[in-house]
Amino acid sequence: MTDTTKPSGARDGGPRLDAVELLGARRENLVPGTPLLEVDDLHVEFATRDGIAKAVNGVSYSVSAGETLAVLGESGSGKSVTAQAIMGILDMPPGRITAGKILFRGQDLLRMSSKARRAVRGRKIAMIFQDALSSLNPVLSVGFQLGEMFRAHHGTSRKEAKDKAIELMERVRIPAARQRVNDFPHQFSGGMRQRIMIAMALSMEPDLIIADEPTTALDVTVQAQVMDLLAELQAEFHMGLILITHDLGVVADVADKIAVMYAGRIVETSPVHELYARPAHPYTKGLLNSIPRLDQKGQNLYAIQGLPPSLLKIPTGCAFNPRCDRTQDRCLVELPPLVPVLDAEGADLPGRHSACHFWKETLHG
Amino acid sequence: MSEPTNTLDGKAASAEGALAKGAKGGKDAKERVASLWTDAWYDLRRNPLFIIGGLLVLFMVALAVAPQLFTDKDPNSAGFCELASSLKRPSADHWFGFDVQGCDIYTRTVWGARNSIIVGILTTSLVVLVGGTLGLLAGWLTGFWDSLLSRVTEIFFAIPLLLGGMLIMSTWQKGNAWTVSAVMAVLGWPQIYRLMRSAVISNKHNDYVVAARALGAGTRRIVTRHILPNAVAPVIVVSTINLGVYIGAEAALSYLGIGIQSPAISWGLMISDAQSRFLNAPHVLLFPAAVLSITVLAFIMLGDAVRDALDPKLR
Amino acid sequence: MGRYVVRRVIQAIPVILGATFLIYALVFLLPGDPIQALAGERRADPTVVAMLHNRYHLDDPFFLQYWHYLVGLFQGDFGEDYRGNAVVDVMTRAFPYTINLALTALVIEMVVGVVAGVIAALRRGRFIDNLVLISTLMVISIPTFVIGFVLQLLLGVKLHTDYGIDFFPVSFNEDAGFRAYLLPAYVLASTSLAYIARLTRTSLIEVMRADYVRTAVAKGLSPLRVVVRHGLRNALIPIVTFLGMDLGSLMGGAVITEGIFNIPGIGHQLFQSVYLRERTIVVGVVSALVLVYLFTNLVVDLLYAVLDPRIRYE
Repeated sequence: MTDTTKPSGARDGGPRLDAVELLGARRENLVPGTPLLEVDDLHVEFATRDGIAKAVNGVSYSVSAGETLAVLGESGSGKSVTAQAIMGILDMPPGRITAGKILFRGQDLLRMSSKARRAVRGRKIAMIFQDALSSLNPVLSVGFQLGEMFRAHHGTSRKEAKDKAIELMERVRIPAARQRVNDFPHQFSGGMRQRIMIAMALSMEPDLIIADEPTTALDVTVQAQVMDLLAELQAEFHMGLILITHDLGVVADVADKIAVMYAGRIVETSPVHELYARPAHPYTKGLLNSIPRLDQKGQNLYAIQGLPPSLLKIPTGCAFNPRCDRTQDRCLVELPPLVPVLDAEGADLPGRHSACHFWKETLHG
Repeated sequence: MSEPTNTLDGKAASAEGALAKGAKGGKDAKERVASLWTDAWYDLRRNPLFIIGGLLVLFMVALAVAPQLFTDKDPNSAGFCELASSLKRPSADHWFGFDVQGCDIYTRTVWGARNSIIVGILTTSLVVLVGGTLGLLAGWLTGFWDSLLSRVTEIFFAIPLLLGGMLIMSTWQKGNAWTVSAVMAVLGWPQIYRLMRSAVISNKHNDYVVAARALGAGTRRIVTRHILPNAVAPVIVVSTINLGVYIGAEAALSYLGIGIQSPAISWGLMISDAQSRFLNAPHVLLFPAAVLSITVLAFIMLGDAVRDALDPKLR
Repeated sequence: MGRYVVRRVIQAIPVILGATFLIYALVFLLPGDPIQALAGERRADPTVVAMLHNRYHLDDPFFLQYWHYLVGLFQGDFGEDYRGNAVVDVMTRAFPYTINLALTALVIEMVVGVVAGVIAALRRGRFIDNLVLISTLMVISIPTFVIGFVLQLLLGVKLHTDYGIDFFPVSFNEDAGFRAYLLPAYVLASTSLAYIARLTRTSLIEVMRADYVRTAVAKGLSPLRVVVRHGLRNALIPIVTFLGMDLGSLMGGAVITEGIFNIPGIGHQLFQSVYLRERTIVVGVVSALVLVYLFTNLVVDLLYAVLDPRIRYE
């Protein structure tokens, strides 16, 4: 996949990293369309006081450079846990990856040494967290926290790191960056703090960014600004982006494709606009129906009945069966596989999959 | 990943839930507190720290209440001490040996429990009564009284327990369990005051209290039904640990010669009397010291176990 | 930051006034004539009693007495003992010993306590964690004076007589230099050390669970950097607060430790004065120690603001 033989250290002018072949790979060497990241049949569980919680049960998805994958689901659907497994920041124990592969540029992250893994983390794959206030260290200046990336990964001097930090702050359009570089996180507004998080993730110009609910904690007006900034920077650097969210509204404008998760499984994948037009899984349909729409003013808002399942005791068969209005006997015993979806004429719909026994009825009915 | 199901300040309750249940006479708060204690009790019964600490405390209290059950000798009777036995080593008949006066150390140690337990319980009760009441008032009233009381607390906080104890007890010539307790309570109440005050303030603004008030519950009802049951947990934890600390402080004062005075029996006093002969007769010091340490340990273990049970975050 | 410093200093003034007043009131409002107490069981000579009463303003109204005492304190006059020695001279002579002892103890408890706490936190639930938890619990439970005697016997005496190692002097010996302080300082530090270890452990465990530590890991920082820069840096904040508050028990402990090891410091002086019931010295020394305590707490408060910028910019 990669033909570069130059050790990464040479490129950065520092001997900090092992000559992990993978790190030498350049974006332009990628064969177009080859996935940057592939998650393959990932299983994650947590030991809790009350038993084993199966948080992720065989998730597979992939992202290519320049592509945006939105992962959609309620809390507890396993979308964040999958992201944390990719980043290697799961709490282990109690967490445990029981099966699966996470291939980054063809190499399995799960089988790397912790040192090699650390070199990927932050540098090749970076993450943006939901709550920037709690995710930034309250007692260190933002300049220090931004500069730390350069100091840790490139061995940059303290002074130079500060200049880089100012540059980054300007890039994410924080006004008066030079004056504010020594300020602390609590002195910034919510939107500005999230910009700092984005700047931190961008600092190493990573190949892939995982954004875990990046705008949930923000005001609606600020949400749009932050999303636009993220999309713009992604295009500029031609990065892969995994956008984790429970908000269907955020997804529509920026994502290329969507994976919907439920109870630790992917229940539907689709290119973004097709999903909105014609969902192929009852759960997705329920989600779409529960968005308030202006043209239905005055009608009762639809809500999916029941509650998300306990991860300690996921229903047998299709996990969605207690809440689904299409449930048949089959759904109670037989786990529906994620299968390709066909259109009414039987032609393949590229990128579309559904894990419902009755996808045909759902899609065409 | 297992989210704590209960929190000390009960933030888990949603506003709507509180309103709905608040209408039925504050059942919500009571239920939550009940479940907090039920959960805690479930954990405690399985915690060896709690079981060992609890049994030791029960044993010490038994010693204090009925020393006659543990020894047939009376340390205050004539002829209890025989100089001929001075500093004799432990034997089958006299488990802990004899002190310099020829008194049986085992009997004196057993009878010494009473003063330690009295001091511990009395001081703790006074501290909780004074500190708790004032803390409740300050937290509830806020404003002027709160500022005034809090300034006063700062002043008391400026005087460390042992230094203040030395100061007062060296002036006051009547060292006994009651005066020692009084002095330590005078110096110790601010701690519980602060705890109570902050617990009341944090609970006061909880949704279920606001809801109960909106529904017209009276002040007394809100305080006794909603605030106290929630504020009481941290007070119990700290008080249990402090009980042990006070017993240790009494021993230190007695050791310095300004606590409990002879002929009353105190472990601290026994240790003080034994110190000059420690090098050639260590048993005279070590037995009362061991029992004293075990007593303090028992209360700290108990308090630690209760805190772990009530505060699942630290597990 | 400047405003914060000024505010804290101003806030300290009423506390200092109140604390000195409390000390004075606790001692002089209690029943009993101090001069008669000095004489003990004997009947004191009435003319001497009258003279002493006059010298110590004992016949003045209480508030006037307090005023004399307060004015004295701020002129560096902590009174005289009943033999006419200035308490301040007694203290000046004794203070260097106590400072050496206290600083050594502080270094021991910070270094050993924090290191033990960090190791326990990072190896949570393992053998070493339980070892730290159990041993600290025991150290907290055993009174300082017992620890003092036992270590004196084991390290001061037995090590010398049984193994011929004469490293720790049994009794304070100025010729031994720094060595003379090691054992007493360890005894003095023991309880606080145990508390610091436990506090560091709890605090670090809590901090390591914080979102910003997860961010630090996600940044690809080395484990050492994550623990020290992002974990310990935040976990230390409550420990600094504890140190300030704990100074009071350190002072109480110094009385006992200096007594056991015969160090001619301020605590030893207090120990003797308490024993001989020399009330004026006790009041003077305790007042001085409380002032030191308040002053160091002020410093700790300011240090707290340095460590936690959220306080600084309030």
